[in-house]
Amino acid sequence: MIVAEQKTLDEIRRMIIPYHRILVVGCGTCMTVCDAGGEREVSFLHNALRLAETKSGNGVHIFSEYVLKRQCDPEFIDLLVDKVGDIDAILSLGCGIGVQAMAERFPDIPVLPGVNTSFMGMARELGVWDERCAACGDCRLEETAGICPITRCTKGILNGPCAGTKNGKCEVSKEMDCAWVLIYRRLERLQQLEKMRRYYPPRNFRAIPRPKRIVTKASTGTGENDG
Amino acid sequence: MANSLFQEKLCSNRFLVTTEVGPPKGADISEMAHHIDLLKGKVDAINVTDHQSSVMRFPSLGGCLVVKERGGEPIFQVTCRDRNRLALQADLLFAYSRGISNILCLTGDSIDVGDHKEAKPVFDLDSVQLLKMIKIMESGNDMSGNELKGAPKFCIGASVHPEADFIEAQLVKFDKKVTAGAQFFQTQGIFDLGSLRRFMQYASQFNPKILAGIIVMASARMAKYMNENVPGIIVPQAIIDELATAEKGKGLQKGIEIAAQLIKTIKEENLCHGVHIMAVGNEGTVPDILEAAGLVGVRP
Repeated sequence: MIVAEQKTLDEIRRMIIPYHRILVVGCGTCMTVCDAGGEREVSFLHNALRLAETKSGNGVHIFSEYVLKRQCDPEFIDLLVDKVGDIDAILSLGCGIGVQAMAERFPDIPVLPGVNTSFMGMARELGVWDERCAACGDCRLEETAGICPITRCTKGILNGPCAGTKNGKCEVSKEMDCAWVLIYRRLERLQQLEKMRRYYPPRNFRAIPRPKRIVTKASTGTGENDG
Repeated sequence: MANSLFQEKLCSNRFLVTTEVGPPKGADISEMAHHIDLLKGKVDAINVTDHQSSVMRFPSLGGCLVVKERGGEPIFQVTCRDRNRLALQADLLFAYSRGISNILCLTGDSIDVGDHKEAKPVFDLDSVQLLKMIKIMESGNDMSGNELKGAPKFCIGASVHPEADFIEAQLVKFDKKVTAGAQFFQTQGIFDLGSLRRFMQYASQFNPKILAGIIVMASARMAKYMNENVPGIIVPQAIIDELATAEKGKGLQKGIEIAAQLIKTIKEENLCHGVHIMAVGNEGTVPDILEAAGLVGVRP
């Protein structure tokens, strides 16, 4: 899933200064799970913004709130059409995709990002998320025992550990595992160490021309080519 | 015919000595030039570091030109941290055109350990892929298979870490570097000759020449600092304790003695094919180390 962190209240308050009526929009999918922009966070942020204005005595904003099931899907965004008529700006607590999807849907309304979208990751424990995928478009996890060196090695190198690894940790941080030590140990456990000995050629960055588009076989429409 | 003077020396059976200079932070190259003049006749080649520890400096390639201009034999340290494959190939073509033919292929330290932590790390290639890239260029093509007008010829080397705590994975990478065409290795700093002996038992089955890395410690504090902050360095407690016995202001002298003793033993026991002395900031001490190790003699 996509993991994000909510921006500071100060930064959000600075962003909304030019606008009067603001709709705070949460997202019911990834942002809800990672506690950055679900129903609870929308409600907390809404209250915090109101409280901050009352305290500073210059309350000039009018807030409303709504939580979409998914901000990255036009079908759900359409539910906002009759709620944005008199809105000056949307404060989105969706990920970077949600913010952009809303900006495309509402070309005349500024959409402000309320979170910093950080990475694609998994839950480690309650409230702790670890990055796991860089969406490189050329998955080689079969060769690396299901541990991604592009994401988990700070240098993203493909042919084994650099000389900076110490006690199984990365040269960047004593808390961060060296991806290549993990890969070696797991390949050894799976009796697949020959994969460690193979030469892996340089990455093909053409596999990921940005921005990417995927058209599935199930697709019915042709879609507007705006890339 | 050899591709460089250093390659010719690699083919000889002489005990080789290389050292390194770190380019300055700034445009004043007088101190580096002074060190080059001091070292050039006393060692077989001089490495020029490439933004060592990811600290921005005068470039390695520029430093190699200075070595060349002053009559020394440069080894161009090339890391993959700051250049993508276009820039790497271009720099190598330029180096070759100026007579810089010895290349040490390195992945490079992480951006996070340096002084420009917010920069974009490149790492388009790794050290093994860089070695392979050079072999492709030598065959007359660029990495995309286009023909080069004038193919370069290099003497290529790489690094290896015999004292790494997880040596098995390092040896797999060493094998890949050998297969990719490395002709020489300059190791990371060696402090424990036991680990060098064990490594050489393995490495001697292969052709490349191995030069043991010798780091000159200036004090116990420096050793501790390097253990904490410099990627891949593991100074054993016994060496730190020995440095600590030095009188105030005599730490560097003790470091020179330790380095010279290591070199002497390596040479006497014929443990490997030479040494690579890294004086990190104390380049001026290299002639003293060579003298103390009994390695004085003109190296043309």
